[in-house]
Amino acid sequence: MNFGFSEEQELLRDQVRRFMQEDLPLTKIRTMTKGALQLDRPLWTRMAELGWLGLTTPESCGGLGLSWVDATVVLEEAGRGLCPMPLVSHLLSTEAILAVCGKKQRMAWLPAMAAGQAVCTLALYDEPNWLHPDAITLEGKRVKKGIRINGRKPFVTDAQYADYLLIALRVDKQLYLAAVGRDQVTITPQPQMDLTKPTASVEFDDVVLSESALFRLSRKQLAWLTDCGAVAVTAEMVGAADAVHTLTVDYANQRVQFGNLIGRYQGVKHRLADMYVDIESFRSLLYYAAWTVNNAPGELPRAASLAKGYASDAFAQIGIDCIGLHGAIGFTAEYDAQLYLKRSKWARPAFGDSDYHLQRVATLGGL
Amino acid sequence: MDFDYSPSEEAFRKEVRDFLKENLPPRKERGSDFLANWLRKVRARGWVGFSWPKAYGGGGGGLVEQAILREEMALAKAPPLGTSFMGLAWVGPGIIQYGTEEQKQRFIPDILDSKVTWCTGYSEPNHGSDLAAIQCKAVRDGDDYVVNGQKIWTSGAPWSQWIILLTRTDFSTTSKHDGITCLLVPMDSPGLEVRPIENMAGDRHFAEVFFRDVRVPVANRLGQEGEGWKVTVSALANERSSIGEVTQMFSKLDTLKELVRATARNGRPAAKDPAVRRRIATFEMKIAAMKYNGLRYLTKQIRGEPLTSETSVNKLHRASLEIEMDDFAVALMGQAGLHLRGSDDAVDAGSWSKSSLSWPNVVIGGGTPNIQRNIIAERILHLPKD
Repeated sequence: MNFGFSEEQELLRDQVRRFMQEDLPLTKIRTMTKGALQLDRPLWTRMAELGWLGLTTPESCGGLGLSWVDATVVLEEAGRGLCPMPLVSHLLSTEAILAVCGKKQRMAWLPAMAAGQAVCTLALYDEPNWLHPDAITLEGKRVKKGIRINGRKPFVTDAQYADYLLIALRVDKQLYLAAVGRDQVTITPQPQMDLTKPTASVEFDDVVLSESALFRLSRKQLAWLTDCGAVAVTAEMVGAADAVHTLTVDYANQRVQFGNLIGRYQGVKHRLADMYVDIESFRSLLYYAAWTVNNAPGELPRAASLAKGYASDAFAQIGIDCIGLHGAIGFTAEYDAQLYLKRSKWARPAFGDSDYHLQRVATLGGL
Repeated sequence: MDFDYSPSEEAFRKEVRDFLKENLPPRKERGSDFLANWLRKVRARGWVGFSWPKAYGGGGGGLVEQAILREEMALAKAPPLGTSFMGLAWVGPGIIQYGTEEQKQRFIPDILDSKVTWCTGYSEPNHGSDLAAIQCKAVRDGDDYVVNGQKIWTSGAPWSQWIILLTRTDFSTTSKHDGITCLLVPMDSPGLEVRPIENMAGDRHFAEVFFRDVRVPVANRLGQEGEGWKVTVSALANERSSIGEVTQMFSKLDTLKELVRATARNGRPAAKDPAVRRRIATFEMKIAAMKYNGLRYLTKQIRGEPLTSETSVNKLHRASLEIEMDDFAVALMGQAGLHLRGSDDAVDAGSWSKSSLSWPNVVIGGGTPNIQRNIIAERILHLPKD
């Protein structure tokens, strides 16, 4: 029985945390996310050199062959610093390639991804609030040379950064993942609340793909990737919630009103204690879910839903209340709390909101 | 990270399961001597006081085995391992840590053998959550202390033989935490009177306890004079793995799901109502969080890192779950939810309505939720004290 991290994992955690503090502080992220987004390639290469881009990639494909628990450590610390780099998209793309592609594509693509030379993202659903195979509506038509695609994929996270995109679509009622290069499609950035999670729509205008760029996506694989997505996003949520909570606790320990530190008032301290309870709890559920990915995949659906079901609403409320506990300063653009509020809004529906996940927990629990 | 148990731990789990198969017949088949035999048998196995030192009759067992034992006992819905809940939870560990050799020899075996039941004299009419402010007075007179004062909300007082009592021996200290002395007192002492209090569920398991010139030999003092607070705090800090409670709550959740499946609401099965399903899933989510929080804390203990106040996290979850699960069940049943045992219209023999009135036992005893929040805020988040 060992529900804790290894020494190596703690070292990895320290490494990522230091990197975020020194190389990617929020002051820098604020500059990066202003205006047209471009991936900071030198920084991405450094992440690759540190091994973070190939953590879960098999050693035979140029990765470290580690587990999702290790990936969770990286994502939690990335989330703490609101890292705007496409780590989640990259991890999910890796998982998708491992799930649906054969050896040939794995060997061709994964080493370049792990080395930081190819940035990849994954787009599954087209409906804004429905996680279901039928919510993949983009369609391809069979033609002589392969598949012709016309249409639009909305809500593609990190598309601006991507060299390659894995796009879910349907052909003759079957689901596929299509691998396309960024030059084959039109990527249009779409403004949304959280600038650290760049989002774009992707347009297909008479794009013809050969069969070799199409990979059958079973419903089971789709569900698997969705659950992996929920785990990855929740890992970032744990770090981000912890960060904004710490920020607010520190503020409550400095701000004096009515002659006392506000952290002395139970209206403040009890809410902060309850936030701690929630963060501890979805943290524990997340760690378990991350463990199931490699060690008990049959348990992943329930575990992922418990974690994301908890985190979705709890973090959203923490985001709001941390602003509220600060008072007006928390509401300013200059103060960092608002950035976390925006992340909590972004993360809530990503890979399923609490309604989706809790209804599923009920079903899996026999109701 | 792994959730595997070592071969010896697995062997221990099997031993417990085999024991339960053999010694825990279904309720209907249990004879009148079942409980006495049960207590004798678990005692013989060394499972009572499982982690206490062997030198004093305990099991000398490890943390993981203890968690396994609690989990298996809870899974099997087995009776407790001893009749003195307080004796096993607080008094025994306190005596082992602070008692004289003579006290250990005298009190520990009787707790382990379920011969003596203990209650804890902490709260007073004016001092419940503010425990350190107690006023019950003990004055040294030769080889005795003479105790005058009153305790209240003393669980188990009506049937206990001994009480562990917090008294004040010094009223002049600047800190309220100084000047407190802990005494071990027989409940049949002259001048000691118990007046049971009926609670809202109709039970009488807590009581007022009055002390009028009660003489307690100095030999019955636990720890040094004036250091009773230290004794109490470290006894309260004797944190237990919550795994047994979690298992119990999962089985209560199963019962609640059965109720949902059997209930129609607004003319259709309650199990199809998204609001009902969400509530059930939320309970499951919180119980699961307790489970994995508990395993993280257990791992910390196994690694030799002391637990501090993290356990307040699970106490808060448990407090809200204890209230909400019963309350939800009662509300789900509408009018029938109000009916008590004996009503022709009661569901599950009125067990939900009964337990929906009994939560304060768990929720208030051992520190109210707001006290737990203070503990987290002050000891973990380092926010200023009230």
